[in-house]
Amino acid sequence: MTATTTTVDRGERESLGEFFLRAPAIGPALALVVAVVVFSVSTSTFLDLDNLSLVVEQSLVVGTLALGQTLIILTAGIDLSNAAAMVLATLLMAKLLVGGVPGIFALILGVLVTSLLGLVTGSLVTRIKLPPFIVTLGLFTMLTAAGKLVAGGQAVPIAPGSLPAWLGTRRYLFGGIPVTYGMTLALVMYLVLWYALTRTAWGKHVYAVGNAPESARLTGIKVNRTIVSVYLVAGLIFGIAAWQALGRVPNADPNAYQLGNLDSITAVVLGGTSLFGGRGSVFGTMMGALIVTVLRSGLTQLGVDSLYQDVATGALVIAAVAVDRLARRKK
Amino acid sequence: MRQRSLLCLVTAGVLAVSGCTVERHWGGNSAPAGSGQAKVGLVTKTETNPYFVELRNAASAAAQAQGAAFMALAGQFDGDNDGQVRAIENMVQQGVTTILITPNSSTGVLAAIARARQEGVLVIALDTATEPASAVDATYATDNVAAGRQQGAYVKAALGGRPPKVIMIDGTAGSTVDTYRHNGFLEGSGLSDGDPAIVGRDNANGDQSIAQQKMENLLQRTTDIDAVYTMNEPTARGAYAALQARGLAGQLVMGSIDGGCQGVQNVRDGLYAATVMQFPRKMAEEGVTAAVRYARTGQKPSGFIDTGSVVITDHPMPGVASQNTEWGLQNCWGTK
Repeated sequence: MTATTTTVDRGERESLGEFFLRAPAIGPALALVVAVVVFSVSTSTFLDLDNLSLVVEQSLVVGTLALGQTLIILTAGIDLSNAAAMVLATLLMAKLLVGGVPGIFALILGVLVTSLLGLVTGSLVTRIKLPPFIVTLGLFTMLTAAGKLVAGGQAVPIAPGSLPAWLGTRRYLFGGIPVTYGMTLALVMYLVLWYALTRTAWGKHVYAVGNAPESARLTGIKVNRTIVSVYLVAGLIFGIAAWQALGRVPNADPNAYQLGNLDSITAVVLGGTSLFGGRGSVFGTMMGALIVTVLRSGLTQLGVDSLYQDVATGALVIAAVAVDRLARRKK
Repeated sequence: MRQRSLLCLVTAGVLAVSGCTVERHWGGNSAPAGSGQAKVGLVTKTETNPYFVELRNAASAAAQAQGAAFMALAGQFDGDNDGQVRAIENMVQQGVTTILITPNSSTGVLAAIARARQEGVLVIALDTATEPASAVDATYATDNVAAGRQQGAYVKAALGGRPPKVIMIDGTAGSTVDTYRHNGFLEGSGLSDGDPAIVGRDNANGDQSIAQQKMENLLQRTTDIDAVYTMNEPTARGAYAALQARGLAGQLVMGSIDGGCQGVQNVRDGLYAATVMQFPRKMAEEGVTAAVRYARTGQKPSGFIDTGSVVITDHPMPGVASQNTEWGLQNCWGTK
């Protein structure tokens, strides 16, 4: 695995491939625009503010899971347990809410649980040098079972209004566009992480650790500490994903989001982040999550069977990585 | 060194939690064959789904009441054929006289069932029929076509002669139960696949959040609908959320199937007009009774035994037999 440098000599004209390498979010952004245009032309219902708002709302949970997943994949790790941790958090939160605990405490507990799990994962990966794939595979199994144990396999419905009003699907108008609080929360998270990754030393360390851990160590970066911090922050984000999930569907279900882990990886990959670490962007991931939802929404409105929608999504993942490879080969 | 011992600890922990759970209370030592002592093994689709928990608890109680030994095993997830095959093999190994099984796929576990029957084990399907039905000795289940038919008949009656404009939210594509309920609904409402009266259709795998998303997308196509078919109650809850967001809830007739306590409560709260209740407890009790009879007399049940289903609604319609939600809450399964 060779590390690729992503700096471009400004003196010469860069090729298209180099341009894509420098800004990994450009490709997925273009794909998203193309998809939106195609569906806007081919259906009479897609291009309307309510629908576009709905598409964003539908992508919030996976989009939030994918944000944390992006951080982890940037360090050349992977998290197969993120959706299971989120579902466990929703169940614990719902249990508390049903027990009459104020909403804010439930929210704090949800984030605490997933953050703690992130800390455990990070420690196992760095201290015992276990592959992230293995650690999170084991955790995925355990957490899925734990979720079912918490509520005896039952879904736990929560009373409307037991969560703070700023969660969930409550809308306000922003320049005529219907926006939910959940979307605002997601956007803020993306912006904060974009800033942290591109404008702070911590962000540079994350990329460096993913690119070449040995070189990073030699330049004095505390590799293990950086990796643990990444899993911790990702865990925190998975807790916020649990808020989003409960906000949208006020019913914690141990059987929900069974493929959420893979869905989040799909969004990250479509967003142009490399599974080998060190290259990618959170806005790419945002585009990736939106592409999947736009495809589903648009194809449904075209009357395409959902199984064919799955086929299309899978093909797109392979195509996205193939384009990425070809762009790099040109280099 | 310290790392190694930690690794061992972690491994041991993982092994401890990943073992499958077994509930058993053998009546002392294993009884010799033909002694009339029934040993009943129950294989459900999953360990934790409330519906199967109800099935297991009812079977366990019935076995205890009738002096039969009992053990229960399950697959890990819906569709885990392999896990069910292992469960059947383990039970035959332990000398059960009868296996009650809710097969994960109507064909996936047939070979293992055939081997068990060759060993002289009576095999009864509960809740889900096998394909062909003759792969087991007998089937105790809800007639899912009839359940769908009742939902269809109710919706049709509630529309009161208005032309139906239906959205159908189905379960898992290709699953037997899903197909039966879907076809039953069409039969009961007097429609057929491809009818222009069906203005939208999608699969939601019985999952509430997926159902909500599918319904949102279908409603984007058209909001000119007056009826909704849902394959089970989580699906109906998801569909309701999408309808409510569009301000359509309460302006149309939505039906469902299952009879879980949460579902009956939903009907009571007016989220949807009716649900069709099935009776897992009855399936389990009758299955155990047949197992005990077989151990004592060698007499096997045969064929399909319908354990019945009934419409639960607070708005009864002429020509559609139903019970109210009060009765429904007394007879539902899951947490009351």
